[in-house]
Amino acid sequence: MITGDAVHERVQISLTTEGLSEERIAYLAGLVSQARTAAAVFTQFTQEDVDRILKPMVLAGLEQAQHLARMAVEETKLGVMEDKVIKNMVATEFAYNYVKDKRTVGVIREYPERNLLEMAEPIGVIFSLTPITNPTSTVLFKCIMAIKTRNAVIFSPHPNAWRCCSEAVKIMYESALKHGAPEGVFTCLESHTLQDNAYLMRHKDVGLIDATGGPGAVKAAYSSGKPALGVGPGNTPVYLEKTADVSTAVVDIILSKTFDNGTICASEQTVVIDDQIYDLVLKKFAELRAHICNEKESELLARTVIDPETGFMQPKAIGQKATDIARLAGIPVKPNTKLLVAPIQGVGREHPLSVEKLFPVLSVYRAKSVDEALKVCVDVNHAGGLGHTAVIFSRNDEVIHKFGELMNAGRILVNSPGSVGAVGAIYNDLVPTFSFGCGTGGGNSTTDNVNIYHYLNVKRLARRTQAHMWYRVPKEIYFNLNAVENVRSFPSRTTIIVTNPALERFGHVDIVRRYVPEGTHVHVSVIPDAEPEVKVIMQGVEALNFYKADQIIALGGGSVIDAAKIMKLKYEAPEADLEELAAPFLDLRKRVIQYPTEKINRARLIAISTTSGTGSEVTPFAVLTDKQRGRKVTLADYSLTPDVAIIDPQFVMSMPKGLTADTGIDCLTHALEAAVSTYASAYTDCNAMQAIRMVFKYLPIAFEHPGDEEARCMMHNAACIAAMAFSNAAVGVNHALAHAFGARFGVAHGRANALMLPHVIAYNAAVPTKFLPSPYQKGYLAHKKYATVADLLGLGGHSIDEKVRNLVVATEQLLDRLGFPRSIAELGISKEEFGRAMPDLTKIAFDDPSWRSNPRMPLMSELAELFWEAYQGRGVANAIRELQPQSA
Amino acid sequence: MAMIAVWLKIDEKRVAPELQEAGARLDGAQGEVVLDFSAVRRIDPCVLRAMEEFAGIADGKGVKVVLRGLNVGAYKVLKLIKVAQRFSFVS
Repeated sequence: MITGDAVHERVQISLTTEGLSEERIAYLAGLVSQARTAAAVFTQFTQEDVDRILKPMVLAGLEQAQHLARMAVEETKLGVMEDKVIKNMVATEFAYNYVKDKRTVGVIREYPERNLLEMAEPIGVIFSLTPITNPTSTVLFKCIMAIKTRNAVIFSPHPNAWRCCSEAVKIMYESALKHGAPEGVFTCLESHTLQDNAYLMRHKDVGLIDATGGPGAVKAAYSSGKPALGVGPGNTPVYLEKTADVSTAVVDIILSKTFDNGTICASEQTVVIDDQIYDLVLKKFAELRAHICNEKESELLARTVIDPETGFMQPKAIGQKATDIARLAGIPVKPNTKLLVAPIQGVGREHPLSVEKLFPVLSVYRAKSVDEALKVCVDVNHAGGLGHTAVIFSRNDEVIHKFGELMNAGRILVNSPGSVGAVGAIYNDLVPTFSFGCGTGGGNSTTDNVNIYHYLNVKRLARRTQAHMWYRVPKEIYFNLNAVENVRSFPSRTTIIVTNPALERFGHVDIVRRYVPEGTHVHVSVIPDAEPEVKVIMQGVEALNFYKADQIIALGGGSVIDAAKIMKLKYEAPEADLEELAAPFLDLRKRVIQYPTEKINRARLIAISTTSGTGSEVTPFAVLTDKQRGRKVTLADYSLTPDVAIIDPQFVMSMPKGLTADTGIDCLTHALEAAVSTYASAYTDCNAMQAIRMVFKYLPIAFEHPGDEEARCMMHNAACIAAMAFSNAAVGVNHALAHAFGARFGVAHGRANALMLPHVIAYNAAVPTKFLPSPYQKGYLAHKKYATVADLLGLGGHSIDEKVRNLVVATEQLLDRLGFPRSIAELGISKEEFGRAMPDLTKIAFDDPSWRSNPRMPLMSELAELFWEAYQGRGVANAIRELQPQSA
Repeated sequence: MAMIAVWLKIDEKRVAPELQEAGARLDGAQGEVVLDFSAVRRIDPCVLRAMEEFAGIADGKGVKVVLRGLNVGAYKVLKLIKVAQRFSFVS
């Protein structure tokens, strides 16, 4: 609670302990030791123990509310006894009502949907400064919070409120002790000095400083190096807008501003009134016994209650009655006057009454417009009231929201009194408090109404979550010989067939056309047989727009299908920025850039693959070349996945041997990497394992006997199945290496994969230098997955090591059988040339997103080692050392 | 193996007086004193004072104080007031 202490302490609080005698230090240290012991013992108490102690304490406080109020007024000479009784009752009864059913021990909140628990840890020893203006109510409130949260408190009351405060502490302590609280849980400093405060603020065993007082105390608390709750000064602006209920507003303002003679720091200071209702408002104030000052009286008042040197209020006025202040100022008023209302023309030092006035003097301002009114409220807010409280009376939601946006105040109260409203739980659902957090505007750490949760360390017990995973593939997949006939199931007005010149020449386009439903307008867009360029894509999009196509059939290998995916994207969402969509990301679901969901056109994409490797017909990926900028752009999003995939082996029967081998090993790499990926799941494993088995069985046959329909068919299916695995589990470091190496030395993708594959298996099966975070999996699995693959292939072996070794050997044998070069050296690349390329290769491979799902996180040096191993070639199986322990 | 000079089962309702009595039995004792706290559910400031006092006496006589069966809540109290290092603990 910010109080008149502001004036008293403005320049007084310091953090020096100089001058403290040894005896005094021993006394203070003893207080802390006693509080520390009490707090430690308190940690053993259960919620039930705490609640059993709390209730009688609250009742004791309520019983003594009047006694304490009387003491406070007698000692401080501030405020109104009857109002202080109410404050004491609110501080006990309302605070209790708020905390009584709250859990503050053990588990205090549960978030089952997030697998998260919040648990309470007491702070320990709290050093608490309490103010002169609300002395006993603040003590009562803090005692309740401390007991509820199992903390011990050392109180340091304002010197001019020591007797009433120490009596309040005594009442609370005796009740608490009687009902089982630890001895020493509350103590009150005997007649203290600023040095005492400084010593205690810095004591190593004080856990928190709760400074409710003037800015000096708050600043000292925050300067101590301790965690602190300090609340700052206020200067509450009130906007009385023309749509407000004037009668209610005036009553609310009077009751609030006169409550305890205006000592609550949230009370109204300047009321900004719309011109249209200004006279009416002042008339209402006068009717309810407010004295409206004329210009001369306002000047007299300002001279009396505001210090002309500092611009702050005079201590002698704080908490005094309106009639007494009028007498001091020499203003004749009726004896029953309860409030002095002084018109002001602006805000700032030239307008002394525009500052905080903790007594029943209210300044008013006549505003010609809403804008002017809001501006003046901002000025008042910034004239010492940042972060505290602001009030508006209005029925206009737009103005209310605007006011809320403009005010920097922890509490913005609507159509209710400031002081009594800010306390909470009376006029609104704010948390009841006697400490108003003022945020950074007031130099505080919180804008909250300070409450029990500020007296707790909240611990979060976060259980490992079962991450949501996914398995997304095209809606429909047709496979086996003549599967292309299924094209006839898809009605279309206009279909564009995207293909390349060779396939058109081979008559494949004619086969497809045969099955397009009758009446469909069919146009063929022939694109070069290479990774698609932006220019080619845009030409395709033009054709789609020209013909208003509602279906695209992509007939070709990865390049054609990728081109068709991007054409569809740009056709449906022309605003899509391909460069932006290619922005890097770590997790598909958390990516910064989102693919367009609003589409102006719709076209079904049917992908018919004519190679058995990339699997582009079912993947959410597409690669294009930006020739102008000399780079490749990789797009990845499930919206790119074709709607329909057709896996018809008739289109691959004539694939040349080299392409059969290259694409087949690409497929095997997809499957092996998906199997050990950190994103692997039971859903992708079944695809990956099955694809691996099919490749080992049918790839050699398809390679050696190209006309073998069954082998061709199985390899075509294997490529699609492997692609379904890696579409959902992603690939790994093998692809990162192959991408970098292939691009640098112009080596086909499948061939580049083949050069790396045995080395990568051995690498992933070994004990990783660095694990990659993989919340989807339990433990490191790569070596076990490889062993499972070996079992599936019937490779034998008794241990995991042996099985991994057998898998590497089988892979090497397969590569030999397919006639692959088995080392980079065999490609005619000299060691020197390769060495020169190494820095770039490792950098590019490390930047490649492919390895983000690799089970083992590669270091740059390890990428270089893998490249060099691939350069040397054979002998991987014999070189396998330090595999995962059997038990891992 | 250290010689056990005193083995005392502590009654939760009489912790402080029992510790005072145990302190008196340390005269001429050698080795370690085992205080069985397994029946003590909670310790309070009065018990803590008695424990610290007892630890002081034991220190002075070169006797090691072993707390047996102290529950973890009470152990945390000793940690919080930074006296845990004055004792040994066995479960």
